[in-house]
Amino acid sequence: MVANLGYGALLIALLVSLFGIGAAAYGVRKNRPAWVDSARNAMLLTWPLVTLAALSIIYLLVNNHYEVEYVANVTSNSMPLYLKVTALWGGQAGSLIFWSWLLSAFTSAVTLRKWDRDREFLPWVTIVSLVTLAFFLSLSIFIENPFVRLWQTSAGQITSAMFPPARAVPYLPPDGNGLNPLLRHPGMIIHPPLLYLGFVSFVIPYSFAMAALITGRSDDRWIRITRRWSLVAWLFLSLGLIIGGRWAYDVLGWGGYWGWDPVEIAAFMPWLTGTAFLHSVMIQEKRGMLKHWNMILVILTYDLVIFGTFLTRSGVLSSVHAFAQSAIGPVFFGFIGLTFITSLSLVLKRWNDLKSEAQMTSLLSREALFLLNNLLFMGILVVCFWGVIFPLISELFTGQKVTVGPPFYERATGPLFAGLLLLMGVAPLAAWRHSTAKTLGRAIWKPFLASLVVVAAVLLSGVRQPAAILGFWLSAFVAFVTLYEFWRGSLARHRKSGESLPVALWRLAERNRRRYGGYIIHLGVVLMAIGIIGIEVFQTETQGTIPQGGQLALGDYSISFDSLATFDTADGRNVARAVVGVYRNGSYVGELHPRRDYYYESQQPMTIPGVRSTWEDDFYVLLVDWQPISSQGATFKVYRNPLVNWLWLGGIVFILGTLVAAWPDHDPETKRLPVKRTVPYAATDA
Amino acid sequence: MRESRLFWLAIPIALIFGYFFVGRTYAQESTPYTPTDDEVNAVAKGLYCPVCENIPLDVCPTQACSQWRALIREKIGLGWSEQQIKDYFVAQYGDRVLAAPPARGLNWLVYLIPPVAIATGVYILVRAMRTWRHPISAGVAKERSPEAGNDEYVDRLEEELRQR
Repeated sequence: MVANLGYGALLIALLVSLFGIGAAAYGVRKNRPAWVDSARNAMLLTWPLVTLAALSIIYLLVNNHYEVEYVANVTSNSMPLYLKVTALWGGQAGSLIFWSWLLSAFTSAVTLRKWDRDREFLPWVTIVSLVTLAFFLSLSIFIENPFVRLWQTSAGQITSAMFPPARAVPYLPPDGNGLNPLLRHPGMIIHPPLLYLGFVSFVIPYSFAMAALITGRSDDRWIRITRRWSLVAWLFLSLGLIIGGRWAYDVLGWGGYWGWDPVEIAAFMPWLTGTAFLHSVMIQEKRGMLKHWNMILVILTYDLVIFGTFLTRSGVLSSVHAFAQSAIGPVFFGFIGLTFITSLSLVLKRWNDLKSEAQMTSLLSREALFLLNNLLFMGILVVCFWGVIFPLISELFTGQKVTVGPPFYERATGPLFAGLLLLMGVAPLAAWRHSTAKTLGRAIWKPFLASLVVVAAVLLSGVRQPAAILGFWLSAFVAFVTLYEFWRGSLARHRKSGESLPVALWRLAERNRRRYGGYIIHLGVVLMAIGIIGIEVFQTETQGTIPQGGQLALGDYSISFDSLATFDTADGRNVARAVVGVYRNGSYVGELHPRRDYYYESQQPMTIPGVRSTWEDDFYVLLVDWQPISSQGATFKVYRNPLVNWLWLGGIVFILGTLVAAWPDHDPETKRLPVKRTVPYAATDA
Repeated sequence: MRESRLFWLAIPIALIFGYFFVGRTYAQESTPYTPTDDEVNAVAKGLYCPVCENIPLDVCPTQACSQWRALIREKIGLGWSEQQIKDYFVAQYGDRVLAAPPARGLNWLVYLIPPVAIATGVYILVRAMRTWRHPISAGVAKERSPEAGNDEYVDRLEEELRQR
């Protein structure tokens, strides 16, 4: 009953979406505002319908309706309630519904804005958003239906279908398979929704960009309307990536946070183009330049979002993330190809309309440096994209699959990231329009000298690795430039208005949130860079088997193996939990409990580390193996991860900076007001 | 006579040889070298699990990978070098066990395409910048007003940067 209700809601949502597309197209073609309004209402209606479908799945999950195949695959009797709810995005079919639900929510929110100044955008934004929504709804209805039920045929076979096959009776398994153990961690409960929020939010800037192309509006209005959407999308994507890294660090048991796994990269690629876009749009807003490039960036971001979803959900590239596999690949590829070609055709059609309003006057101007920043982001994108698809190409042409792993990515992207850090230090001190080596040098010398002092301190502390010295210098340089910018601004205000420096800083940042939010983001990146240098350059590790009471040393740390207990838990795990004492320079500093959880349902082990965290380092202990009968000996792998917590602190600062930059101003356009229809909807020159 | 002198000379040579060669071999067989976990992991880190893709062999928790690590231990114990062990795994399971594709045949593309693409990007950017530095058309060029939302202090900061 509930499954039918949910499926029916999905079907109606698809029909409403198709109606909206048709109505908007008809309205704009025949210049009938009522039809466009009807399309807008259709877009608003999709949200409650998809919400009903999502709630139906949650109801089925929470109430153990194992006759529904999806429920049987992702839940079990032993799972707690919150995990049953989050199982909505724990499998392929449910996560597609979740995607559609977010998209319908965001597109509905967009329709609530005041459209007076941009009425010609409305039908096209509606069409582009609804086409995307209809695509995902079609996937759910025709290929990955989460409401499909299990049936037992007269021959005793178990089959799955939406409606009962002939002479079949409903089949209700006594228990489900349970959620993948990797998805039961708090980090993984919120990591996918955050990534999805980021992915889905980028559909809105894309829709407006397409509307601008179709209607022939060559100004930056679409950028100004979607500025906050872009920042919010970027915020969620950044948050999803950071939390994903933390989840990997806590759960995957390899002492790291980023493994250059293809699905990690799939989420990273739209972030790269999104970041390039956020920088590049400033040039268009400020100078009226790079209009073509901004269009291309937003198109790339949109298609990389769809590509990322495809990689995550299709299982085409097997990895630790690709939990679900299905036959939706060709449909996805078709959609990506269609949208990419159509979008690029529109850019080509409007090529002449999108000419720059100004010219580059200096190669050291801020816009020139931003452009260089875009080139570096695109370089990293090329490395990532090529690294992800090359194994497929190799398999296709030679029949042999290859692994493109961290050594490739680290070597190829390392210099590009270093270049980005350098630009992050130089660009804020370069003037818009015109900057010379002399003016830039005068602005930079103070933070540059301060950064050299840091390098001297690093050398005096005994660090000799060139990569670390370069990395610390760049980090210090960016930090000093950023702090210098805060200082310059607040000092100027303090001198003019007489406000105290803290008040001047606060008011300055409050009135220029995007600028100073961006600088806070740069500080976050610096802190993250320090953490990354620490773990990448200075990480040490050892592994050894020790008897109970024995010790294993790593540098000035050592652990003693005190005891090990194995026991079953109510949620279907067998847990082996060790108790180890941690010593530093012979002094006891604490106790850790590394453990290995074995999930009976899925027959999967999970290695959960015991971690002692300080600002100096993480001491990270894994239980690798043990003698189960006597518990007399166990094998531990121990990592010392210097400075890694600066990475997480940097992540928090990064997010705070994004929040500052994206925090809404008082904007009367966000109020819902009826749309006036005094001027035709028809495109200006479409 | 000369032959008998040679015979007697051969005895200590044979004993010395026997001590250094046979004795050592015997010693190896009786107390074989057992590599440490760290030595095993140093080799395993450069290999990828042939079954669970994208997971380095040194951290893969599956039973199969545990057995492969035992195999690495055995090979190191026999005196194999890291390269010999990698070659052995490649022969058994293909190039996919290596962390990066070996630079041969089609695999060259993985190393060539990114620098070529980036170099192309640099070329396009340099050309574009050269064009931009000269007026595209006199009528198009125009400067925009200071960024909307900026306050006077930020505008002053920008002006300061230009006039330094």
